[in-house]
Formats: sequence, structure tokens, C-alpha cells
Amino acid sequence: MTTLTLALLVAGGSFGAGLLGALTGLGGGIVVVPMLTLLFHVDLRYAIGASLVSVIATSSGAAAAFVREGFTNVRVGILLEVATTVGALVGAALSGVIPTSALAVLFGCVLLFTAYRSIGRREEHAVLTTPDRWSARLRLDSTYPTAQGMLAYSVQRVPAGFSLMFVAGILSALLGIGSGIIKVLAMDQMMRLPFKVSTTTSNFMIGVTAAASAGVYLHRGYIDPTLSFPVMLGVLAGALLGARLLSVANTTLLRQLFTGVVVVMALEMLYKGFTGGL
Amino acid sequence: MNTPAAKTPRTPPTSRWSDHAVEQLVGRLLQTGVLAAAAIVLVGGVLLLVRHGSAPVSYSVFHGEPELLRSIGAIVRGALAMDPQAVVQLGLLLLIATPVARVALTLVAFILQHDRTYVLITSVVLALLLYGLIFDKT
Repeated sequence: MTTLTLALLVAGGSFGAGLLGALTGLGGGIVVVPMLTLLFHVDLRYAIGASLVSVIATSSGAAAAFVREGFTNVRVGILLEVATTVGALVGAALSGVIPTSALAVLFGCVLLFTAYRSIGRREEHAVLTTPDRWSARLRLDSTYPTAQGMLAYSVQRVPAGFSLMFVAGILSALLGIGSGIIKVLAMDQMMRLPFKVSTTTSNFMIGVTAAASAGVYLHRGYIDPTLSFPVMLGVLAGALLGARLLSVANTTLLRQLFTGVVVVMALEMLYKGFTGGL
Repeated sequence: MNTPAAKTPRTPPTSRWSDHAVEQLVGRLLQTGVLAAAAIVLVGGVLLLVRHGSAPVSYSVFHGEPELLRSIGAIVRGALAMDPQAVVQLGLLLLIATPVARVALTLVAFILQHDRTYVLITSVVLALLLYGLIFDKT
């Protein structure tokens, strides 16, 4: 394949990933690595490098808007970034010694978990205002905009959320993903932040988490410019268009479609991992 | 605490470094960083395709990038010489640096708010990021 053909095909695929990722709220990063490795036979390390770069681009682009709207809890974000950046550096160190087949199996499991979470019923839990020891000490409680004006909320179970964020950081570095699903799980389910605050704060943190390992991978030679530029520009353009189309698109149908794609990729990654074909 | 004006209880809303002002500044920094990085990557990508578009390429075997595309100094020098790959890499480096700059800006804001706990927490995050970006040569 020539450089031009590869760039056009990869840019097209990445555009689709960014578009569907933004429309479904699952992020495009989760399918970039399977697409590059399964469809274009790219080595896992080059794929992870290119994917991480696209993850930084989309999360920072979206975070710019969310931060201004006042949903993002900056203190919660910064605090949990301690855990995700340590996790990311640990993950980057581990990635040199974990065999590719094991990474493929792990990737398959994370994809399956993503699919499971995306079809599960999302119940908006009640916003709590009971004070928590850690949250009070670190002044994490805040307010967020709702239809009824600014509403106060309190943050719960900080140590548990912090621990899960460490895992999110490791997975982000090992697999070249944003780990948004796990970050939202920690903040929404464990720490009991309002859902919209969880998703925007997760997005706010993804760029920093990915930057921690991307810096290491740049020095290690995982980030190839010829492969990364169509991935980054494609995913970013797709995500920007997706954000525009969000109000008119049938997201339920798209979510089912995207979940189907994720499941197929999960099975393929598991198969390749177990047969050593990656 | 439920009124819009009570959003930033510890710093007056008129302060230049109120939480709200910092949020606006952080938003603008992220947007500028991503757009500038995308523009540089686009220029480098077009250059790359013009010069090497017909060359065969395969990524099925990992070789690792040459030293020229791995260290910050070499990338900047290559980009100044308009080497297409180095130009793309410079854009990607700027992109990786954008969240790091966001953390640095947040740190400045916490220092000016005299928020000691968060100055400490943010410093730890910044140190970890700089370690990954500059010092890790494994």
C-alpha cells in the first residue's frame, strides 16, 4: 500500500470512529486501535501511539466547551489526575514487558465491558448533599447548572474513586484509550457526582491522562507521524461534526450500531490474542 | 449555595482569578492548543503526501521511530528545516503539551488563590507529566 492510499483509508476510518464516538458519547479512541491492528495490520505499539494522540485531540477540544459551561468539577479532576497520571506512567512502563497477545485479550475484555455499559439502562441517581469527610477536607463539593438553576452536590467515597482512577490510568496507557467508561463509572457510580458532571470531568481528565503516557511513547518511538496524522485529523474532524449533529441524530440507533461494532472488534481481539495472531 | 452567585464561595466573582475566570481561560487555552496543533499537523501531512505519497508503507513490523522523531530538540530542528515528518511530529508534540499547559495554568490559578492544598496536588500532577514528556528515555 502506498503512503497516500493508507493515509486516505485511515483518515476515513478515523473520521467514522470520531463521528460515532462523539454521537454515542463512548469516544472514538476505543475503536481506533482495533481498526488499525485488525483492518490495516498495524503493529499494536504504533496503533497505541496514534490512538493516544487522537484521544488528546478530541478530549481537549470537547473539554474547552464543557469547562466554559461550568459542568466540569476542576478540583475533582485535578485530584483524580494524580491517580490517573501515576497509573498512566505505570502502564507505560508495563507495556514494554507485557506480551502483545495478553494486551489483545485485555483489550477484548475492555471492549466487551464498554459494550455492556453502553446498552445498560442509565438511571440518573439522586444528587446527594450529605457531607463526606474527604470531600469536605478537599473542598470537592460544588454546584452545576440545571434547568432549575445552579444545584449543589456533595462528593462521596473519594478513596474508592481515586483507586479506580489508578486502574483507568494503567488501561489508558496500556491500550491507547481514554478510559472514559471507567472514569465515568468511578465518578458517577462511586463518587456520586451528577451524570453530566461525571462525563465532562472525565473528558477533562482524559487529555492529561493520555498526555502522561504519550510523552513516554514519543521518546520510545511508538508515535509515527505518517500513521498518526490521518488518525488525529480524521478523529478530530469526525468528533467536531458529531458534536454538531448531536441534536438531530437518532442516538439510540447509532448507539446500537456502535455497540455492535465494539462487540465484533472485542471478539476479534480476543481471538487474535488467544491464537497469537497479533 | 444554590444561587448562581454562590458558585465561587472563596474568591469574589469580580476577582481576576475567580474559579469562573480560570474556567474561561482554561477553555480558551485548550481550544487554541488543539487548533494550532491540528494546523501544524495538517501542513506537515500535506507536505508528507506531496513528497512521499507514492512510497510504499507498512506498519506490520515494529521498528521504532528514528532518533530524529523522538527527542524534543531533534523534532524542533527537523521541523525548522521543513522535514515533513518532523513538522507533523512538532504538531503532535504541541498537542501532547496542551494538557500539560492546562495543568500549569491551573497551578498558577491555585497559587494566586492561595489554595495551598491544591497548589500541592496540582504540582504533583505537573511534575509527573513533565517527567513523562521530558525525562523518560527508557
